[in-house]
Amino acid sequence: MSWMKKSALLASITSVAIVGAACGNNNEEGNGGAEGESLSGKVVMDGSSTVFPIMEAVAEEFSAEQSDVEVTVGVSGTGGGFKRFVTGETDFSNASREIKEEEAAEAEANGVEYTQLSVALDGLSLVVNPENDWAQDITIDELNKMWTDTNVKTWKDVRSDWPDEEITFFAPGKDSGTFDFFNEAVLDDTDIRQDAQLSEDDNVLVTGVAGTKGAIGFFGYAYYVENQDTLRAMAVEGVEPNQETINDLSYPLSREIYTYVNNASLNDKPQVAAFARFLNENAAELSEEVGYVGMEQARYDENADIIDELAGE
Amino acid sequence: MAFPNSEFKNTKNYIDRETVSKRIKSRLQLNEVFKYIFLAGLVFALLVLSTLIYDVVTKGGGWVNLDFLRNFPSRRAAQAGLYPALIGTLWLMMLIVPMVFIVGVGAAIYLEEYAPKNRVTSFIEVNISNLAGVPSIVFGLLGLTFFVRTAGFGNSVLTGALTLGLMSLPIVIVASQEALRSVKMELRHASLALGASKWQTTFNVVLPSALPGIITGIILAVSRAIGETAPLIMIGAATFISTTPNNVFSDFTALPIQIYNWTSRPQAEFQNLAAAGIIVLMTVLITMNSAAIYIRNKYTNRH
Repeated sequence: MSWMKKSALLASITSVAIVGAACGNNNEEGNGGAEGESLSGKVVMDGSSTVFPIMEAVAEEFSAEQSDVEVTVGVSGTGGGFKRFVTGETDFSNASREIKEEEAAEAEANGVEYTQLSVALDGLSLVVNPENDWAQDITIDELNKMWTDTNVKTWKDVRSDWPDEEITFFAPGKDSGTFDFFNEAVLDDTDIRQDAQLSEDDNVLVTGVAGTKGAIGFFGYAYYVENQDTLRAMAVEGVEPNQETINDLSYPLSREIYTYVNNASLNDKPQVAAFARFLNENAAELSEEVGYVGMEQARYDENADIIDELAGE
Repeated sequence: MAFPNSEFKNTKNYIDRETVSKRIKSRLQLNEVFKYIFLAGLVFALLVLSTLIYDVVTKGGGWVNLDFLRNFPSRRAAQAGLYPALIGTLWLMMLIVPMVFIVGVGAAIYLEEYAPKNRVTSFIEVNISNLAGVPSIVFGLLGLTFFVRTAGFGNSVLTGALTLGLMSLPIVIVASQEALRSVKMELRHASLALGASKWQTTFNVVLPSALPGIITGIILAVSRAIGETAPLIMIGAATFISTTPNNVFSDFTALPIQIYNWTSRPQAEFQNLAAAGIIVLMTVLITMNSAAIYIRNKYTNRH
């Protein structure tokens, strides 16, 4: 009888000890972790749908470490995100272009100071139908001509040794950051041709180009990578879009995608600073998982210095 | 027998089958033609619906499981779920239904039972009908300026419910008015004759009789509201959120936002997730509608 009691006692002492040790370990891990103590509060982000998949991935991983922090990511678009950001409503504003002058002016008027952080790279991909076996590469000048000049009707009008096949144009909507970038890099602010079919949904563009022999379209690199069996990307100025050429910026239509952080939030809210650090440390890996291209490590190191300085540590 | 006192007695061949059938042949044919046109209309509607359901079920059916309902959204399609969106939508429904019931039915009762029948009343009624046709994004703008900014409710589930509730109100009011109007005058008169006050008559006699029609209106309006994305995006509802609402001032996301987001992703697996999300949204709606229909039938049988 007594040995049973004793062993039961022993067993319970052991289990308490094990549980205690486990708890101790957890605490130690928690304290020793990169982010320090467990945080609470809110991290509010809004902005570009292009940046969203990266931020969703970062928020997903961040929440696994800091489950008490409420992270929200909205997709009001780059412009819609800045509208909220410049009034101080959001901590981060995701953007697929740089902030515009009028948006910056509004932020200043509201006393909102901010910092631009590059998160990852994207390669604006020019895609054609796989049946198009002639247009292997194209120059920026040719692109400018074909997207602005309505006299260009067939591929032959672009380059004389290409066939007499009619061109159908597919492009993202004018509100998108992708369009803004194309406008700046290729169109030189000349109006895009009126007969181009615009859509806010990139999957509609994919379907359009995949279903029309003479079609050309453009969108982010991720949409090309996921649809390589139904689309073909052209080399631009002789360089094909791929991880390497986008990463080293040799692909001429490589672009940075950004998040803008509110300086005051970064300084005052420890959870925002922790999120910014976490984002910067994991952006390269996570962005590649969702179809973007990471930047060179030196760029992330620069970001880290900026964050440390603003967070006041 | 049929014509006992007329001169038709002896005209046995007055109804000449051949002549008559010749005469009405074209009318009968027209009848047949229209019958098939109407049938074609029904078949077309059902065909579109079944194609949609077939498409959604074949794409998303395999993705609906307990983990899909329990998990948070993820960059890995296999681990992604719509838990916060589902909870957000349930919160919205819980807030919208009582809100539109109280305000919508109240407005309808006032307009039908109390308001004087004059120009002002009919002006108000015309405008309510017009409101039913206003695009949902306009209600989103109203929600943004009024509930988010002026009232200071932020991007909360309360703001979402108020915005969608406002959007549903016109339909609820018009349907409730129609239902109240169809209650027989005799019922009101009988109640009043027994000495019941106007309020007692309205609450105990008119409202229960009109309830089936009112509930139908609420089902239609709230089903539409629950499927809306644009006004919610407009008021700044989140697309990703790491927590679920724990009070009416919490941030939230909802099923249509999650579905819309998944359809716009480049990876094909997310299209399947969107289809799975549509199945969940449809199930929520059908459950809600069945509950409402059950209540409706209970009252229909009573009166």
